[in-house]
Amino acid sequence: MTAVLETAGLGKRYGRHWALRDCTVTIPAGKIVGLVGPNGAGKTTLLQLAVGLLAPSAGTIKVLGGRPAADQAQLSRVGFVAQDTPVYPRLTVTKHLRMGAYLNPGWDGALAAQRIEQFGLDPGQRAGSLSGGQRAQLALTIAIAKRPDVLILDEPVASLDPLARREFLQGLMEAVAWNQTTVVLSSHLIADLERVCDYLIVLAASHVQLTDVVDDLLASHHRLTGARRDPRTLPADQEVIEASHTDTQTTLLVRTREPILDPAWIVKPVSLEDMVLAYLRRGRQPNPTGRPELGVLS
Amino acid sequence: MIEFQLDGTSGVATYLQLVQQVHDALRLGLLKPGDQLPTAQQVVAKLAINPNTVLKAYRDLEREGLVRARSGQGTFVVRSMPGSDQQIQARFLATMTEWLRSARSAGLGPDDIEAIYRTAFRSCFAEGVA
Amino acid sequence: MIRFTWLQFRAQASVAAGALAVLAVILVVTGPQLVHLYGTTVAACPAQHDCQSAVNAFTSQDSFVRSLVGLVMEATPALIGMFWGAPLIARDLETGTYRLALTQSVTKRRWLAVKLALAGLGSMATAGLLSLMVTWWSSPFDRISMDRLDISTFSVRGIVPVGYAAFAFALGVTAGLLIRRTVPAMAVTLAVFIGVLVGFALRIRPHLIAPIRAVSALNMSWVTSTGTRAPGNSFFVGLAPNSDGAWIYSSQVTTAAGRANLGPLPRGCGSNTSYQQCVAAITRMHLRQVVVYQPASRFWEFQWYETAIYVALALALAGFCFWWVRRRLS
Repeated sequence: MTAVLETAGLGKRYGRHWALRDCTVTIPAGKIVGLVGPNGAGKTTLLQLAVGLLAPSAGTIKVLGGRPAADQAQLSRVGFVAQDTPVYPRLTVTKHLRMGAYLNPGWDGALAAQRIEQFGLDPGQRAGSLSGGQRAQLALTIAIAKRPDVLILDEPVASLDPLARREFLQGLMEAVAWNQTTVVLSSHLIADLERVCDYLIVLAASHVQLTDVVDDLLASHHRLTGARRDPRTLPADQEVIEASHTDTQTTLLVRTREPILDPAWIVKPVSLEDMVLAYLRRGRQPNPTGRPELGVLS
Repeated sequence: MIEFQLDGTSGVATYLQLVQQVHDALRLGLLKPGDQLPTAQQVVAKLAINPNTVLKAYRDLEREGLVRARSGQGTFVVRSMPGSDQQIQARFLATMTEWLRSARSAGLGPDDIEAIYRTAFRSCFAEGVA
Repeated sequence: MIRFTWLQFRAQASVAAGALAVLAVILVVTGPQLVHLYGTTVAACPAQHDCQSAVNAFTSQDSFVRSLVGLVMEATPALIGMFWGAPLIARDLETGTYRLALTQSVTKRRWLAVKLALAGLGSMATAGLLSLMVTWWSSPFDRISMDRLDISTFSVRGIVPVGYAAFAFALGVTAGLLIRRTVPAMAVTLAVFIGVLVGFALRIRPHLIAPIRAVSALNMSWVTSTGTRAPGNSFFVGLAPNSDGAWIYSSQVTTAAGRANLGPLPRGCGSNTSYQQCVAAITRMHLRQVVVYQPASRFWEFQWYETAIYVALALALAGFCFWWVRRRLS
């Protein structure tokens, strides 16, 4: 499977502060990728590097095999919806579609018009007076109608109410159902992404904490509960992500490909949200090794 | 045409829920051989889930021999469920009830019984994690 | 990209077109009358020996329109810089819409190039049209006052307004690109533009062409006063050269040998003497005058040089913008 996005040691620095550091990820084609992390983790930075709005300070990034925004051909294969879905407030919906037609060689006007009608947008209305959900649908329509190979969306639903959020995701999934478009979707809420993503990248403190196929993640992470025990006594193939102890009990979040045969543990699956939270907490700790300090599972 | 629902809190994988709902529909007679299943596009437009999940569910159903995908046209039901063999079910219900009664009289409580059941279920159906 | 840029620029262009049209109407209504009046009164005045009154009557015509025209010409390049130049990039950066535009299959360079070219050429065309109309309309007045090389008149005639407009525009775009906020960029553009304009006119324009240094016998009709001055109470002759339309840099009265010190006050020009006695005394001294000036005929040379410099500055700023956008937009 070809990779649509490959980074190696990618970093971006503003002055002395590294917004993104040492980022090495490979996003395979045809997947719906969730990029999750707290605010300030570097998600927007990574996505803007991917569409060429930013230039790297360190490392490399390749999108569809080339440098981002290298030329018109490369740009026309990548669709982008920026955070807060910027639109031209004084231009009408129709004029925005005309902009798309003027600026994009592969523009599908029929698809754009159909989507506008489907989502009940008034073509003559100025974009500045649209609601948040409508603006998001407009921005998504513009990105989809250029028929890209990759769609990148930066926190598209963050400021939307639950109904608008659901409608946005419905519209997005419907649009990519036919043609195996790769989608990269970022959010600081895992709940937004859980329904749709089959690949996950967790970003925290400007570093990549986790990157894997969602099904594999769910299959390989387990919560172990049992008598109090030192995590270092576990077999080497069981990586302890998080540990918590009381005076009598130990609870661990482990990652392993092998079956857990120790009868002293009660083994339960871990939800994606809890898993991501554990990795985010681990990312906050200064200890870089796999075995975290003993801490309380909050 | 049937419509799928998603229970986000049940802990059951999405594609399994879809498979289960097709089984239920077949069992209830809502789906008959020749009926078309909703297209992936229709399903994700309603549920906002990953299209690959729908495709995975349909592939599982195809492996079970219940549906067949016709390229360019959609996915169609080819046969109904083997039918809930009422006799086999009744037999196992009786065995289970018997077992539960003896477990209770041995002093096991509902939680013990459930733990035992889960362990046995996992080792039988899940991918080797216990 | 061209069509899209026009889509965005349309509103501003129509404002300018409207204003130009209004002004054109005013000028077309009043212009021909002025030409006719000039032809019948001022041009014919030598025959009727009433030039002074004819001139006075003429120059008081349409004074409101004259002021309006002067104001519009002065303001236009600065307005272009502030309202067409500064927001060109700054508005996109400020509102975040650059993230929409630059991900629509158009590279940063093309985006900037088309916007710069369309609005930049529009600016120059607007200024050019305006200057054409104003120069035509003002020509009767200019023929009378012959002051086209004057610092106040030079900048609102001919083709320099086109250069100013190009420069102000490029300055506005650069300010917007660096400051990333429209209103502060407008303020900076205005301040810098005025500074450059005034500085150039005062310091650089005089040196664009080497002036003529004319040494000749003292022209008595140009003498304004006589007296003494420090140091040492030497004789002083005040001179106000007045050559039609020439731009006088400096003038000086020297002795026949070329010395600036004219010596003591001559007997004929002391107190209790008459005008004729003083004139006779000065004539006997064979004084000379040194006038450093630019003749009026050099008006167009100056115009071309200055316009070329301002356009070159504008191009340099545009080049800088390209470099900046490539390396450092975000």
